[in-house]
Amino acid sequence: MTAKPPFIPPPHFTLHPTNLPLPPTTPPPKMKILTTNYLTCALRACKSHPSSFPLHFRDAELQQDSLPFNAAFIANILPRIDWPALLTTATELGFTGLPAEKPDLLATAEMEADEGVGRELHRILLETQVVEGKLVCGNCGHEYAIHQGIANFLLPGHLV
Amino acid sequence: MSRPEDTLPPDLFYNDRESQKYTTSSRIQTIQTSMAQRALSLLSLPHPSLILDVGCGSGLSGEALTASEHTWIGMDISASMLAIALDRETAGDLFLADIGQGVPFRPGTFDAAISISAIQWLCNADSSHVSATGRLARFFEGLYASLKRGGKAVLQFYPKNEVQRSMITGAAIRAGFGAGLLEDDPGTKNVKVYLVLTVGAGAEEGGAEDVTNVVRGLEGVDVIDERRKGRGGGRGGEDKKGSKGWILRKKEQGRNKGKVVKADSKYTGRKRRPAF
Repeated sequence: MTAKPPFIPPPHFTLHPTNLPLPPTTPPPKMKILTTNYLTCALRACKSHPSSFPLHFRDAELQQDSLPFNAAFIANILPRIDWPALLTTATELGFTGLPAEKPDLLATAEMEADEGVGRELHRILLETQVVEGKLVCGNCGHEYAIHQGIANFLLPGHLV
Repeated sequence: MSRPEDTLPPDLFYNDRESQKYTTSSRIQTIQTSMAQRALSLLSLPHPSLILDVGCGSGLSGEALTASEHTWIGMDISASMLAIALDRETAGDLFLADIGQGVPFRPGTFDAAISISAIQWLCNADSSHVSATGRLARFFEGLYASLKRGGKAVLQFYPKNEVQRSMITGAAIRAGFGAGLLEDDPGTKNVKVYLVLTVGAGAEEGGAEDVTNVVRGLEGVDVIDERRKGRGGGRGGEDKKGSKGWILRKKEQGRNKGKVVKADSKYTGRKRRPAF
């Protein structure tokens, strides 16, 4: 009997690069401050209550990233930002550079050139990110844990 | 093939092993990406927008959104799937949340929402104190509130049967959405069902926004508008008892049975004058 020849995999047998698991050396993930301006308490009873918005940060661990400035996006979301809530959140996290009144909707080209409010908004809303901490509802006091930048909004069965 | 929805609840089904399998399969990657792109083309968003990805999983659909320069926020119930999304460094913010418990966002937040292969999971209630209809209603109410006026949502899902399909569509309509179903490759094994939802009149585009308008510009789409049929036909297209059509049908039936039936004439089915 002849010895079995060694198995040579045909070229299509190799793993496709997209199939390989990614290396675990990734920077810690995080949540944008912009997102917290949209979040309310998940409880139905809290939704109608004014103090359920915004959620308040507790023990927040922040991180600064640098992202490309997208003036069109800022212009698009600015009308939908709740300014008093953003001021509350910014003050809680120690940012004081924002004006007390919501700035007028700036033209995209204007914001592109301007270094002022648009950039500051970009820095706070998109570049500042939360890694760990808690979000607390002002009405019911429910704490939503943020772990690795993912907030846990699962409610226990008795609260649904 | 068994449906995963029938085996376990989603947070348990997509464990580390299953999530890894799902995300690394190049077949699923291709399908998910193409469906996300299809959903995005149905949304036809004019500028970079804020999008909610319902059931974002490991962020396969989100990557298509990022590629189109949109900012997205994802929700999923499976922690393992989200962990993979973290490893993949997706651009969107992620939330661990059960969509059947509502959508925890301020009213009018999002320009649009997409969902790829997720909402059929809502049709299964996993414990006795929740019901599938209740979870669907919660989800669609929350989604309706969190979208801005004129916003759109495209939700691709795999209905198990006709019942689930009407259950999901009905729940969306009850929440206030204008709803329509788009089917890609109908009648084949690869059929993909997209629920296209609109919130209110499209104030930005001007004029009444409707699902039929959404798909009007697309190639190879046949619009089957069942609303007209529903309004005109009365009871499912059958003639009303006592009408001329009904009498003629009955006479035809009798003739087929070999009975002696009076001939049809222009007087058949006419009302007699009231006797004085």
